[in-house]
Amino acid sequence: MHALSPEEVAILALSLRVAVVSVICSLPIAILVAYGLARLSFPGKTLVDAIVHLPLVLPPVVVGFALLVLLGKRGPIGSLLDEWFGIVFAFRWTGAALASAVMGFPLMVRAIRLSIEAIDRRLETAARTLGGSRLWVFASITLPLALPGIITGTLLSFARGLGEFGATITFVSNIPGETQTLPLAIYTFTQVPGGDPQAVRLSIVAVVLSIVALAASEWLTRRSTSGHRDDRR
Amino acid sequence: MIDVDIGQQLGDFRLDVKFSAEAPIVGLFGRSGSGKTSVVNAIAGIGTPERGSIRINKEVLYDAAERIDLPPNERRVGYVFQDSLLFPHMDVESNLRYGQRLRSPEDRFIDEARIVDLLGLEALLHRKPRALSGGERQRVAIGRALLAQPRILLMDEPLASLDVPRKMEILAYIERLRDELRIPIVYVSHSVAEIARLADTVVVLSDGKCIASGAVDEVMGQFDFNPAAGWHDSGTVLDSRVAIQSVEDQLTTLAFDGGELVVPHLDAAVGERVRARISARDVSLALTKPADISILNVLPAEVVAIDEASGPAVDLQLAVGASMLVARITRRSLRQLGIRPGFKVHALVKAVAFDERSVGYV
Repeated sequence: MHALSPEEVAILALSLRVAVVSVICSLPIAILVAYGLARLSFPGKTLVDAIVHLPLVLPPVVVGFALLVLLGKRGPIGSLLDEWFGIVFAFRWTGAALASAVMGFPLMVRAIRLSIEAIDRRLETAARTLGGSRLWVFASITLPLALPGIITGTLLSFARGLGEFGATITFVSNIPGETQTLPLAIYTFTQVPGGDPQAVRLSIVAVVLSIVALAASEWLTRRSTSGHRDDRR
Repeated sequence: MIDVDIGQQLGDFRLDVKFSAEAPIVGLFGRSGSGKTSVVNAIAGIGTPERGSIRINKEVLYDAAERIDLPPNERRVGYVFQDSLLFPHMDVESNLRYGQRLRSPEDRFIDEARIVDLLGLEALLHRKPRALSGGERQRVAIGRALLAQPRILLMDEPLASLDVPRKMEILAYIERLRDELRIPIVYVSHSVAEIARLADTVVVLSDGKCIASGAVDEVMGQFDFNPAAGWHDSGTVLDSRVAIQSVEDQLTTLAFDGGELVVPHLDAAVGERVRARISARDVSLALTKPADISILNVLPAEVVAIDEASGPAVDLQLAVGASMLVARITRRSLRQLGIRPGFKVHALVKAVAFDERSVGYV
């Protein structure tokens, strides 16, 4: 194998940027939604739960199409965003990041919700009686104890974002240098006569990337739990 | 001063409790399911009652009519739970400081070094909760609650998950806290022995109602205390002083208003005040003073009242001088001896019937 060509590096960089931005932007929302689903009871909770999980069961192309209809330049939300804030998703890398975030959201929420549900509620109650406000107790007790789930959820969503294909290509198309992420590039090469070796090279990059992400998350999870899961000092 | 008057529907269970108590340690006593935990939860601000009010030293924590309901973090009520609930991701020191850091310096009157010393936590400071024994965890939990600078300390069955030696250890620590910190404690327990040893005032709950309250020695001698105590557990508490220490026999003689009582050796100085609980089933009766028996404690007594509850046993309330004793004998013995109120009898109490848990230092 030779070193990566400038084009390949650009594809890799774009993919990473899309996945990282999508994870960073969706994480705070996912934590809030997960906390709400795990700890609060409110009318319409089942509906919220269903909507969050929708991208998991819908064909990705349908999700991408829905994003295009709603957030496209002439879509009801997209046109307002463009008019008021100058934010455009359609056919931009930010749109690819949004598609990744939406597709990875259910995985992220599920992992965080499970780890919040596993926390003994009475620890939070104890913290309240010690003088902690709701917000402080959330920050000092709930969040650190849910950290393994947050890491797992982040990784799952990140990996999902790196692999995102259907929603991305439907929503923001396949524009080299703007929206052509790793899977889209691999797909493009397989469609070109003689493009197979290129497709193989990029596939290997994708595999390496996934393994690195997995190992990093494993290491982080172990570190974050070493305090209370390990009795040795 | 603790004033509680609350009503709350919890599923099928109706809680309607009203009591006022002022004492270094108020015992909240009742069988499991009697509503003890619901009451302390309401004081701490966990779960809101539907009606009534809660005041600590005249300060209103909750008042349904006035629409006052302070959140738990503003009540300054310390809470020690049955299972210590230490934060698993923090070491002992961070656990202790959790509440302390949230109080402004001018509100701090309990000093960290003092608590560490009082509860013997020095060696544990850098350990994680997982590496602690049950008793150590509970000590840290008590310290953590106290360092949050509470006006009052609630302890909900703090010994329930511990073995007997640990129970003794924690009881001794609680007595030290009471003597040195002067912070009022509400101690919840279903154990008569623990209440008798620690509490000065007791509030008895049964089926969500307060059925008795008052000084421990008075309440625990009443008959109507017995249903709540359960068949095996009625008895009385004698306020006494150490009179003689017999090193040779390893026995301690306690003097109380009405006579003397010999018990297994107590680690106390002569003259020290001690509270001894005598379980009703450890007291037998004789019409004449028995001779040639092994029982050391033979106390002249007068039958004051007979509890005519159903079952094979009856409880007799006895006056021994100015003190009260309860004896539990079978209905058959009562009939055969023909005992009636006003009879002069001799109450027999086995010295070895006392356990460490039921004799405490005041």
